[in-house]
Order: sequence, then C-alpha cells, then structure tokens
Amino acid sequence: MKLMRCPVNGWRPVQEFSYGGTVRPMPPPGECSDRQWADYVFHRSGAAAVKKEWWCHLASGVWFIAERNTSTDEILRTYLYGEDDHHE
Amino acid sequence: MPFGLLRFGMSRRYPEPRMFRCPDRLKPHYDAVIIGAGGHGLAAAYYLARDHGIREVAVLEKSYLGAGGTGRNTAIIRSNYLTAEGVRFYDESLRLFHDLSADLDLNLFYSRRGHFTLAHSDATLRTMRWRAEVNKHLGVDSELVGPEVIRRECPQLDLSCGGHTPVLGALYHPPGAIARHDAVAWGYGRAASQRGVEIHQQTEVTGIRVQGGQVAGVETNRGFVETGKVLSAVAGYTPAVMEMVGVRTPLEVHPLQACVSEPLKPWLDTIIVSANLHLYVSQSSRGELVMGAALDPYELHSTRSTLDFVEGLAGHLLELFPFLGQVRVLRQWAGLADMTPDFSPIMGKTPVEGLYLDAGWGTWGFKATPVCGKTMAHTLATDRPHPLIVPFRLSRFDEFDLVGEKGAASVGH
Repeated sequence: MKLMRCPVNGWRPVQEFSYGGTVRPMPPPGECSDRQWADYVFHRSGAAAVKKEWWCHLASGVWFIAERNTSTDEILRTYLYGEDDHHE
Repeated sequence: MPFGLLRFGMSRRYPEPRMFRCPDRLKPHYDAVIIGAGGHGLAAAYYLARDHGIREVAVLEKSYLGAGGTGRNTAIIRSNYLTAEGVRFYDESLRLFHDLSADLDLNLFYSRRGHFTLAHSDATLRTMRWRAEVNKHLGVDSELVGPEVIRRECPQLDLSCGGHTPVLGALYHPPGAIARHDAVAWGYGRAASQRGVEIHQQTEVTGIRVQGGQVAGVETNRGFVETGKVLSAVAGYTPAVMEMVGVRTPLEVHPLQACVSEPLKPWLDTIIVSANLHLYVSQSSRGELVMGAALDPYELHSTRSTLDFVEGLAGHLLELFPFLGQVRVLRQWAGLADMTPDFSPIMGKTPVEGLYLDAGWGTWGFKATPVCGKTMAHTLATDRPHPLIVPFRLSRFDEFDLVGEKGAASVGH
C-alpha cells in the first residue's frame, strides 16, 4: 500500500488523499491580459519533474503541499501551505 | 529446440523478410522528420508518401515501433462522440478503417461488434440522448435504446447490477468495432517503408533546432538531421518535446491502465462500456477479455501497474457479469494519456514555423489513427491545417474556443 504523510494526521494510505493540481501562481485577474489569463487557466508545465502540488487529506479536509517526482511517484516532502521553509 | 529456430539463430543474414527496412545510418537531410513511430506517426508518414509524394521522410523512435499508446490501448473504434467537430472527425476515421486491411495488405482483425454505453442514472441517460441526437444529425448510426435491446444483444449482462445500480438504457452504436492495434502500426510502418520512408528505432530526439522562428533540424542521440518540417506525434512525451522549443501546451499526463483476462470461449460479441462504473470490456479474437477503467487520479509519467486498478475494475466487472468470478487476470499494463482540458486532441500548426503537433490523445487516440495520419500529412504537405482538424488547433486555448468533448472514454458524465 502506498503511503503519504499528511502534515496534520501523519502517514495515511494514498487512497485517503485527493490530488489538487500543481501549485501555480495566479496572475492578477483584473489587470492581466486575456492571453495571460488563458495561459494561467489552460497551459501547464506538463513534462515530468519534481513538482509542488496541492493535495487534500479527504477524511480531515486538510489541504497541504507535496513535493513529488512525477516520473517515479516518489513523494519527497509534505508540509502545510506557508511552511515550506521548515524541513521535516 | 526446433531446428528452424536454431537455423534462425545461427544464420548470418536475417532469414525472414522484415516488415520494414532498418537503415543503419541517418541521412544528413530529410524533407520531413516525424518524431514517434506509433500508429499516428507511421500513418502520417504513409499518407505523406502515398498522397503527397513526399518520400524523403524519417520516422524517429526512441524505443521500438508501437511501444507507446499504440500498443497499450483497448483497441476500440467508434464515432459516437458528443460534439459535431468530434463526430465528423472520428467518423472519417471509422470509414478509413473499413478498407484499411486491404489498403495495407495486412489482416488488422477489424471486427464490427456494436458498442453499448450503459446508463445507470437519469443524468447519464440525458447525455446519451444528447449524443444520439448529435450523431443522427450527422449521419452516424447511433440511438438510445432501452434494457430490452441490451438484453437481446448481450444476454449475459446482469441488467440489475446486483440490484443497486440498475441499467436504465444505453447509447447503442452498431458500427463500434475493435481491431488489432499492433497490426495497425506494423501495417502502416511496412506500407510507409515500401514507399521510401525510413524508420529509425532507438533514435531519440534530444533537441529541435530553430533558426529565425523556422525549424532547421533535429538533434538526436545519433547526430544532427537537417529538415524544414517536423511532426511531433509522441502523445505522453509531448510536453517534453514542446519544451525543447518553448511552446506551452495544456497537457497533463496521467497513466491509463488496462488488463486482459485469460482466454475464454467466445461469449461476448458486443463492446460494453459503463460510464458510471468506469469500465469498458470487449472480447478479442484470441478470447481474452480486454478491460479498461478510468484514468489514474493524479499526474504521473510512468507505466507502472497497480493492484488498486485491478481491484476496482474487477469489482465493477462483477456487477455487470457476476459469472466471471473465477476468471483470472492474465496481464495488466499502463499507457501514458496526455489529457487536454476539453477532452479533444491538439492537431495542426504551432507558433514555430515548420513544427507540427499531433497530441492531446488522452484516452481516444487509437481510433483516430487513420484520419489523424491523413489530415496531418495534408497539413505538413500544404502547410495549411486540414479542414477537419481546424477546430483542434493549439491556439484554441488562447482564444477560449474549446471543443468540449465529454463523449471521450474514461470521462464521467
């Protein structure tokens, strides 16, 4: 069974988590051009890499950040949003 | 050891005729280079040579022919999509499939089965009605049917699904078919090779050289090749190739898993799909049940298989066919699905002159192989997108002009 560490609940089966997509900075909606907005809404850095992603522990509703290698599925770090300076 | 095999192993020269030539070196220049020797890339090479007289073509493949999505799908061919753009496109593909065996002089085991997409809820039934009406309007044989027709065509199916998700009806698409997917790739490869196209396996493209906004050639692990036209037909590897030239795409890669059962006597002659249960199943000419389910739930560029997938699929399969409880799974595998936000492909030109894109094939690529090859060959040869693929251009995302294709496989309704 694949496990993931929720920053609040500890190690849990990966089935208890939901993937929320890559962390991407949002351009200011009122000021950016349509082209910039389309780029934000649709386009992705789709190649395999170590990515920062949103994940949610469904049972407790905790949203957090995971750093994951998308070619090996290795989860490197998980932490609550804003706590990325704190290593495990 | 059989004598024939021993002789085969000891002989200096390859004693059997090859399906295609394997030239031992790359030429310094080609009129067109196609990245990816899957069905799509090889079909494009074939139609370039046959219909447009462009024969100085190299198909570069980092692995072996048909190693990617081509040999990993569940081989279903149908055209009962939801949007007019999708229906026209896939229906042309279905027409091309009809005489493809004769065209390529290879038995593709093309087998018309009839395709049922089961609805277990009112909401799904409404989508099926919508699809049936769009299909009929565009001349595609497709209709909404009740449980009695399903019972007649597939009496083995438990329409009550054990009592908790009864089948209310289905979208019935009589032309739905299956074919041997490897044969499609090999057939196109051989036919292209006979017309002068070179297929280079174990040849990885590591860079695309661009000069003044125009493609100048490709860098490979076997050296530089000069060319003015490059077609990228690499499905799950598209983001990596497009990043070589700084072109942004909306693709997100998820594994799509599938499996086959041990061979059984022929009992299932229809293709059964359940959107609600995320399951599709057909029986191959070898007797194996070919089964697939929904996409894996998060981005991953790996073709690993999981027990999770087989467990989930088996549970749903037994709801439809409880008598399969003792049947064993023979093999399972995964392919990379390059998903687009609107479940439609991305085909045509890119911001780089001379670079053409065939991607976004998610869970719907195999059935499009012939039409995709034909329209991409036209696009390469004339430098203008074929009318059938204009709606699928990459720039549609910048223009907020999407083609919402919820009729795709593995997509819930």
